[in-house]
Amino acid sequence: MIFLIIIGMALVTMIPRVIPALLVNKFLFKDWVNRWLQAIPYAALGALIFPGILSVIEDAPHIGLLGGIVAIVLAYFGLNIVLVVIGSIATVFLLTM
Amino acid sequence: MTQATKQESKDHAFHMFQKGIQVGFPIMLGYIPIAITYGVLAAQSGMSIIDLTLMSALVFAGASQFMGVNMIAASAGAVEIIIATFVLNFRHFVMSLSFMNEVRDSVSLKGRTGLALTLTDETFAVSALNKDKAKQKNAVFFFLAINLSAYLSWIFGSFLGGLLGEIIPEQLSQSMGVALYAMFIGLLVPSVKKELRIGLIAIIAMLINVLASQFVSSGWAIVLGTVLGGLTGVFILKEKKQ
Repeated sequence: MIFLIIIGMALVTMIPRVIPALLVNKFLFKDWVNRWLQAIPYAALGALIFPGILSVIEDAPHIGLLGGIVAIVLAYFGLNIVLVVIGSIATVFLLTM
Repeated sequence: MTQATKQESKDHAFHMFQKGIQVGFPIMLGYIPIAITYGVLAAQSGMSIIDLTLMSALVFAGASQFMGVNMIAASAGAVEIIIATFVLNFRHFVMSLSFMNEVRDSVSLKGRTGLALTLTDETFAVSALNKDKAKQKNAVFFFLAINLSAYLSWIFGSFLGGLLGEIIPEQLSQSMGVALYAMFIGLLVPSVKKELRIGLIAIIAMLINVLASQFVSSGWAIVLGTVLGGLTGVFILKEKKQ
């Protein structure tokens, strides 16, 4: 039964992922559609970051938020992304001590 | 092709692959602790190591795997679990469409299929923000390295968690939950610094996500935030070009 669930989960995840790869060069998009698709990464990042970041630590939304603010500051000063990640982890670690 | 140019082209492909691993490293850093946590939870809820590793290899979508494990533990029905997975992962359709449109001319159908099958929020974000590489020779090796290193670290972490149990102290693994959010921020901020209106697109998407999640499940809310937030880019990015 678990095996069937896994196969089902895999199929419904795989099919939406792969359809654009198969069909994308069958269409020529209008200019505005291209701009729409170009904006998707930034919109996706926004939607993925917030409000999800508030639930990093259960029942303590401010801790995730502070971790995020530290990441913004470190990234703003041009730190390598690995250091941004480590700085943010360290912030949350210290705040949960 | 002469022997020498063949070798040169191989070297270049390898160079692009190495670059991809470098750029994809933060994903590995974020994935391993989360995958271990997944493995631990899945094992605790009674899944065998083979099943939980297989799920990582075949599904390769973190949030839906956590949800799946929870629902299996709560003995939810298979159809219910599979529909919930579809809803939660449908955002990858939008992301894949956006990215495949960038590599439509530079990556073959075979390459695109491989990249699409291993597309996650994180591999998409890192690839899309390095899309300048799509115009270079051997671009597919660059993007494949990002996806493959993420894929393998996810599977390896899941297996490790299932096998060894809680090998990371709880407080540390809890803190590492912020890693992928920090990576998303670290990807977004340099773009916003260069072009402030990109930040506007992201903030609108955040607000739509918050608003939509009052009415629909979090999976659909992220899809709506991404699609409608991206739609504002039609106007916002237009002004930039003039």
